[in-house]
Amino acid sequence: MAGHAASGAAGTGYRGLTGPLLLPAWAMIGIFLLLPVLLMTLYSFLTKEFRGGVDWTFSLAAYDRFLLSRGLFGDEPPVLEWTYITIFWRSIWQAGLATLICLIVGFPTAWFIATRPLHSRALWLFMITVPYWVNLLIRTVSLRFLLRDQGPLNDLLIGTGLLDSPLRIINTNLAVQLGLFYSYLPFMVLPIYAAVERYNFALSEAAADLYASRWTTLREIVLPVVRPGIIAGCILVFVPSLGAFLAPDLLGGAKTYMIGSLIEEQFKGSQGNWPFGAAVSVILMTLVLIVLMVYARARGRAEVR
Amino acid sequence: MQKILTSVALLALTAGMASAEGKLSIYNWFEYIPQEMLDKFAAEYDVEVTMDTFDSNEAMLAALKAGKMGQYDVAVPTDYMVAIMAGEGLLDTFSHDEIPNFANIDPKWIDVPFDPGRRHSIPYQWGTTSFSVNRDVYKGDINTLAILFDPPPELSGKINVLDSQGEVLALASLYLGIPQCSQDREQLKALNAMLLEAKQHWASFGSDTAKDVLVSGDAAAGMIFNGFSAKARAEGANVEYAYPKEGFVAWMDNVVLLKDAPNRANALNFMNFLLQPENAAALTNYAAYTSAVIGVDPFLDDAIKNSPENNPPASAPQATFVGVCDQATQELYDAIWTNLKK
Repeated sequence: MAGHAASGAAGTGYRGLTGPLLLPAWAMIGIFLLLPVLLMTLYSFLTKEFRGGVDWTFSLAAYDRFLLSRGLFGDEPPVLEWTYITIFWRSIWQAGLATLICLIVGFPTAWFIATRPLHSRALWLFMITVPYWVNLLIRTVSLRFLLRDQGPLNDLLIGTGLLDSPLRIINTNLAVQLGLFYSYLPFMVLPIYAAVERYNFALSEAAADLYASRWTTLREIVLPVVRPGIIAGCILVFVPSLGAFLAPDLLGGAKTYMIGSLIEEQFKGSQGNWPFGAAVSVILMTLVLIVLMVYARARGRAEVR
Repeated sequence: MQKILTSVALLALTAGMASAEGKLSIYNWFEYIPQEMLDKFAAEYDVEVTMDTFDSNEAMLAALKAGKMGQYDVAVPTDYMVAIMAGEGLLDTFSHDEIPNFANIDPKWIDVPFDPGRRHSIPYQWGTTSFSVNRDVYKGDINTLAILFDPPPELSGKINVLDSQGEVLALASLYLGIPQCSQDREQLKALNAMLLEAKQHWASFGSDTAKDVLVSGDAAAGMIFNGFSAKARAEGANVEYAYPKEGFVAWMDNVVLLKDAPNRANALNFMNFLLQPENAAALTNYAAYTSAVIGVDPFLDDAIKNSPENNPPASAPQATFVGVCDQATQELYDAIWTNLKK
């Protein structure tokens, strides 16, 4: 697609203008993507200044702190530091689960919308997006109100006689999962919807004509065709969930650090450690990049096949 | 010389055109001073007053260090931040006779640990940090820090703790009877172990939500500032603010004279103005904490004067300020905090 556009431009004599015309795009990428990332990487290799800020001398202390533990007083022989690995693992597990739940709910939703008559699809999509006009913070706080021990949900459960004592949801991992699921569901629904909408339903009919069961049709025909949408949705849910700190803080009670809250603490508090915060960000970004690259490679191979 | 005189005259002229003798630029917490007081000062001293606000000590420090020095005359940092700012060389000094009303300050607030002898600061408002307990849930004695760190079964699992390292570790140290900023290994290990044990009884960490969780009933006990607890009570929660026998935390916001203040004389006038009992009382009536000025009582609203959150019983111990540790010690406390939240 991009190739066509480029050759088209060259053919009509815009070649000399390509550079200047691309300038805004390059400036955007440079100022809002490359510069911050480079700055962050640079900061992660500097010495921390007490009470926030950095001292401009090279240091590996931030990475050392992430990987090696020397005990509470820093004089024991170094061993592998599990604290931050545990925090990463917890966040990855949490984000993975949120992605799975979003997929289980999001796929049928997207399918449902894409199979409605053309005129009503816009309305369904509109209804999916309406709640997201409200700020994430306000939605998360509202969820807190709904889930609390004396909140509407528990009032309903107790009022109808289903339960005798309130269901403890707030300040648990379940509440965090609900928060992540609710925050990022549309990021799953919309890309899958876009993929399903382009799906040619004649293929399903053909499969049925050839005596394929519904399950076989879904697995062998539908899923491979809409897979790019599913993968895009999974990435769009997984990546922000990984760095989320609002849901763990407000719904989970902030009892344990997530990657997001760990990074936040390094920059926010008076005891802040900017290089360490930057280093954790760099490590997080590297992990995400590796996952994306593995996916891109696997996909590249699949396409060659 | 001629040139200087002309520019001075010009300056005077432009100042005259702004219809005020001079200016005063304040850097204060949000919603911490009534506009009428600023207007009153402006009228009394014929000064044009401007004010910017911040929402945390750290944000204020960052802004000043990032190049806002020389822009403001006074700021309103909390106790420990006064010491930090003085250490960073951001504060100017004054002598006590430059502020005639300095004598109105309650003598017990003059030799404070964060500014011994008050060379940079005057008191603004002060209060305490301890905890409150929902009396519908627990009716026993609450004046002990064991409520937080080794709670009775009725409260276990229903406790909210401020998400603030300084205050949590200060109260924990008081509970164990160890000094703040201790470097003693056995004491720090005990502190670390005690906190990990106590955490099993806690439902959540939250500062902004500290009042909200008490009012809603999500928490039956919670660490909280005295003024916040009074508001929870006003909103209908049956909570009692505790004055634990092991001690509790005091905090004090202070007006500091900033280095390179463009209007030093007006800044001192403003400090003097705030130390006038009538004005100090107006500030307290607005902020609902406690003044450190003698003679405010006749001007105070009854609700504030008599609130149990503002009046510790005679049996309560002296409140302690959060200590300001040196870098090496602070790193130990950071490690304990990370251990607690990992």
